[in-house]
This record gives sequence, structure tokens and C-alpha cells, in this order.
Amino acid sequence: MLLRHTPVEITERKALTINPAKTCQPIGAMYAALGIHGCLPHSHGSQGCCAYHRSTLTRHYKEPVSASTSSFTEGASVFGGSANMLQAINNIFTVYNPEVIAVHTTCLSETIGDDLPQIKKKAQLEGKVPDGKYVISASTPSYAGSHVTGFSSMVTSMAGMAESTGKKNGKVNIIPGWVEPADMEEIKRLAGLVGVKSIVFPDTSGVLNGPLSGEYKMFPDGGTTVAELKATGDANATLALGDWCSGEAARYLDKAHKVPCQVLDMPFGLKATDRFIDALRTVAGVTVSDEVALERGQLVDLITDMHQYLYKKKVAIFGDPDQLIAMTDFLVSLDMEPIHIVTGTPGKKFEKRIKEITNEMGRPVNVKARGDMFLLHQWIKQEPVDLLIGNTYGKYIARDEDLPFVRWGFPILDRQGHQYFPTVGYKGGLRLLEKILGELMDRKDRDDSESQFELVL
Amino acid sequence: MRKIAIYGKGGIGKSTTTQNTVAGLAEFGRKVMVVGCDPKADSTRLLLGGLSQKSVLDTLREEGEDVELDDIRKKGYGDSWCVESGGPEPGVGCAGRGIITSINMLESLGAYEESEGLDYAFYDVLGDVVCGGFAMPIRDGKAEEIYIVVSGEMMAMYAANNICKGITKFAQSGGVRLGGLICNSRAVDNEADMIEELARKLGTKMIYFVPRHNDVQRAEINRKTVIEWKPEVEQADAYRGLAKAIDENKNMVIPTPLEIEELEKLLMDYGLMEA
Repeated sequence: MLLRHTPVEITERKALTINPAKTCQPIGAMYAALGIHGCLPHSHGSQGCCAYHRSTLTRHYKEPVSASTSSFTEGASVFGGSANMLQAINNIFTVYNPEVIAVHTTCLSETIGDDLPQIKKKAQLEGKVPDGKYVISASTPSYAGSHVTGFSSMVTSMAGMAESTGKKNGKVNIIPGWVEPADMEEIKRLAGLVGVKSIVFPDTSGVLNGPLSGEYKMFPDGGTTVAELKATGDANATLALGDWCSGEAARYLDKAHKVPCQVLDMPFGLKATDRFIDALRTVAGVTVSDEVALERGQLVDLITDMHQYLYKKKVAIFGDPDQLIAMTDFLVSLDMEPIHIVTGTPGKKFEKRIKEITNEMGRPVNVKARGDMFLLHQWIKQEPVDLLIGNTYGKYIARDEDLPFVRWGFPILDRQGHQYFPTVGYKGGLRLLEKILGELMDRKDRDDSESQFELVL
Repeated sequence: MRKIAIYGKGGIGKSTTTQNTVAGLAEFGRKVMVVGCDPKADSTRLLLGGLSQKSVLDTLREEGEDVELDDIRKKGYGDSWCVESGGPEPGVGCAGRGIITSINMLESLGAYEESEGLDYAFYDVLGDVVCGGFAMPIRDGKAEEIYIVVSGEMMAMYAANNICKGITKFAQSGGVRLGGLICNSRAVDNEADMIEELARKLGTKMIYFVPRHNDVQRAEINRKTVIEWKPEVEQADAYRGLAKAIDENKNMVIPTPLEIEELEKLLMDYGLMEA
């Protein structure tokens, strides 16, 4: 009972977060940056920040994560980090020679007021950025927003590389949001199946789920190329998956390059995938292929076959807004009951959206943006659930409350497979169902009396 | 929209001059927003008729990040929008970061959007450009014009020169330019000539000489700009003149800051003429 001190009674807390359901902005910025081909993320701050962010990503993806740092000292904090940054740009292009350096700030450089766009320009004027190479930047103070905010800011900076030639290229930009490398691959596969030529950015497939070949590549083969990022300005449309992660970048492309955008939910589960496929079909003006219809049919079939085991099962979920919105929608469509929902990311519109989705359940739902795991645990103690879904940090609650637990989200530090098997799309929906049903049925087999113990379920 | 930042030595009269000028601009139909970037939150007192405004950072602290535009801006004299950034009490926290936070917040809430129909945004910035935060208003894409309020006193001129060094740094990579010096008279000997010469050496102009008059003080006691308090007095015309000078100014330069010896020589040449 590691969390045995968690009281059932909820007392008002204002200035205290216990077991946060979020992490640092730069982690998101770093993950997004790794979705650019040949990109070295750079942390503008002290060394410790960079080390923490790299290791958090490595613990989840089980891949090496290269990133450089401005290595602030006492001096840099007093005199500003401009000199360190300029030196870093010079060193990085000389030693590692990436295509792009993606700089994000840290709490320290934000607080002392370092102005990255200005430093970038200075580096350009001083000839420290070789021709055809790029430095992009995002402002990511961790005392505002969450890792999701940092991700979104870096994705918007990527969109900032777009150029319009005035001639449309017939492609559709897909901004997948913070999903697994395997999910990005699946999104590309689905777009291909529907017959849409797409530019997916960021794209960490082939970067953070790469093979062990015996040869170390500092810059793996995957990632959205600079040429593709430039071409996003000429695309026919943008589909942003998840407002929190991708909305801002899509709206930027709309405003700056007149690329019309649609902001959709992340395609987790049946209905959200339907909406994604429908949007693809509409922007490309094609009919959906039989292959896609087949995959959809399989998911519908499994839902129907197993409905009796899902019906009215209560679920607690936590994680990031875009993922939770889609997952809640999926659970409700399965006739399950997501009743406790927490994200650490701030934003009241999250609560509003979840309320809308869960309205048809006809019962009260606990939902909180800027919440924490402590609150989620208290809610579970007040009204127990049949299933917990969330990242690895949920294992403490699952153990104490003896709950079936599906690991899903970021970070997953103690189970494997998430990098390789998608949970987006219809196939991904099948996998989510497999995991949910597996947990529920293992529990049933464990708890059923001898007379109820069934061979066939 | 023209975005203007007012800098100058502490106590030189930046806030008073800014607000009186804004009253002048408002009088001839310009739509203006004033953003006070001083932790004391006293940059809009005359336009609002008192220190009644809740600052951006107070609002942020009390209500969290879900803030709306109308929570943090108030209508002042002549339909001007007034915003106070606010900040920590003396001796604690980081006032510079406060300015970064509140300007970012104003931008994300759309205070500068075209739909707001602004002709001017004024940033009234505390004292010298002491740290990165206080340079926020002149980062690329923020204020494009700087006016420095100065008088014929050594320290005021010294501060003006220092501010020019800051502007030069930002101007090299961004669009910020010096619009000119505003002399807020302290009735020093040869003041106008001296500031004109300083301006010339800095590569700019003294765009206006605001004479010293007790009506400014009287209007302040009444918590009003001079134009609102007694539109017919001479000093009101002085501020109208300054408003017009800014409105018509097209002379934007990258300043050429002086060496300290050069600055002292200037003071000797002009300040000691009569002695």
C-alpha cells in the first residue's frame, strides 16, 4: 500500500499538486523536434534540464535521444545566454552537422528573458548557420502549460518553415499530435489506403522505433524532411489531429499560407477514426477503399461480439487532453462508463468537451484539467472503477486499489510494445480493445468462483 | 498600428508624459492602448482617474491561467485601453519575467488583433533596461518605435545613452528604431540646446520640448491628465504638440551611443556656459 496515506475525503487544495499528471514543456518540444529528419534538439539552459528531458524520452522509447545544451553557468544567467547559444550553433554545425537545430528554452533562459528569435538572427548575420541549414526555436517555460504545450509550440515552429510557391502540390498536411512512432506510421498507412498524398509532421517513425543494426546513426532515417516541411505551405489542406497538440500549427498554416485546416480529434477508437477517414476522403475527393471498410468492419465486429463484457464497466482515465478526449469518446461508444478523468494540462475547454461527450451516459462524471493523480485516486476511492487506463504512473493506484490497468499514454516505463504497435485507426482500435478485454477477462478468471469459471468467454 | 515604447531614467516623468500624450492622441481621434510595464502599476493612473486597476499578474495569480481580456484591461480617458502589467513587491520575485508573461498573455488574448482597431500601443517601461525582461517590449515584432524621455540632468542623459546601447543591440537583428528624444524640462541651463545636441550625436532628434509647469502637478493631484483636467491651459497645448509630433514623426534611426567622455564633455560645454 504505497499510497496508503491518500484520504478518501477530498479537501480543497490550491497551492499543492501531488503526483502531477504532466511533465516539463521541453520534453514535448524535444519529442516533436525528433520528428524532423536530421534534427538535433537543443536545450537552451543549464545541463541538468537537457539530461532529464533526454532520459525521460529514452526511458519511454528505449532509444538513444541525442540533444545538445547551451550549458548555462552562473555567468550565462547574469549576462544572458546569447554567447552560449551562438557558440553552440557554431559547434553543432561544425561537429554534428544536422540539417536542423531545433532550440527550445528552459525555465532559466525564459526567466532571464533570452530572446531566441533575436539570437537566431544574429547567428545568421554572423554566418554561423551554413547555407541550406536551419535553426528553429520554441519558447517552452515549464512554469506554464505542460509537456503538451511544449510539443505544440515546437510543432508550430516546424510549420514556420513552410514556404508557398503559389502553386498547390496536391498534398494534405497531417499533423498527428503526440502519438507513438507506430501511430504516426499507421496514420501514414491509412492516408495511403484512402489514396491521399500526405505530409505528416512531426514524424518520429523510424527515429524512435528504429532497428538495432549494429551501426549507430546519430540521425536515423526517419523524420519529416526539410523539403517536406517547406512544401506544407503549398498543400491543399491541413488535418490537425488533436487541438491541444496540433491546432496551433494548423491555424498558423491557414493564416500564413492560406492552407485551409480542419482540427479533428486524435483517431483513437471507432468514431474518431471514422471522422478522420471521412475528412481524408473529403479533402482528397475520393471514395473510401474496401480495405479501409474491411478494417472498420473488423473493429465493429469485435465490439459487437464482446459488448456484454464492456457494458457499464466503470473506467478511470488520466493523461493528456487530446488522447483523453478521443479515448473517452471511444469508451462511451462501447457503452463503458468513463467516470473519473484527469489531465495535468491546464485548459477549461477540456472539461467542457469531456462533459459533452459523457453527457449521453446520463450520470455525473468527475473531470478535471490541471488535476493530479492524488485527486484521481481519491475519486476512485469514493466511487470504485472496474478499469484504470493511463501511463505507468498509474501502477501505484492500480496496485493499491487492486484494479485492472491498461498502460496507454506517455510515459510508459515498464512495459513494451507501445513503440511498435499502433493504437490509432481501426487496427489500433482492435489493439486497444484487445488490451482492455484482456485485463477485464484476466480479472474475471481470477475472481470467478469454481462453479462460474468458464472455458469459453 | 504603431507600437511605441517609452523608456527613460526612473522618475524622469515617463508615465506622466505618456499619459498626457495619449490624452492628446485620443483627443484627435486616435485609438490607443497603454501597457504599463512597471511593477508599481502606476502607468495608467491619470487616464483611469485613480489606481483602481487590477494588474495582469494579480489577475493571473488569483484566477489562474484562464484569464479573459476584459479582466485585465480597462477603459480610460478618450476611450483609451489601459493595462497594467504589475509585478512583485520590491525585493522579491522577478519583475522582468512579469513583463514577459503579461505581454505574452496580451498577445495570446488578442489585444493587438486588427479587430481591436488600435492606432497605437504604448509600452511604458520602468527605468533603465536593467534585464532581459525589461527589453521584452522591444523584441522583434513588439514595439518598433522607441522614445526616450530625458532632461538636461547628467544622470538622465547618461540613462538615455545607456538605453540607446540596448536599442542598438536589438536593432541589429530586429525592426526596432529610435524615434527620438522627448525633453521633459527640469529647467536646467541651456536644456533645449543641450538635448538637441545629445540627440544629434545619437543620430536622432529631440522631437519635442515639454516645458516645466505646475499644472502637470495640479492635474496629477486631481488624478487626471492635463488635457482632461483643464483643456484650455498652456500645458495642455504642450502635450497636444507632443502628440502631434509623435503622430507625424517619420524619423526612425538606429542610434549611435556616445562614449562616456563624450557625454561628459557635452555637459561641460552646455551646462557650464553661463558659469
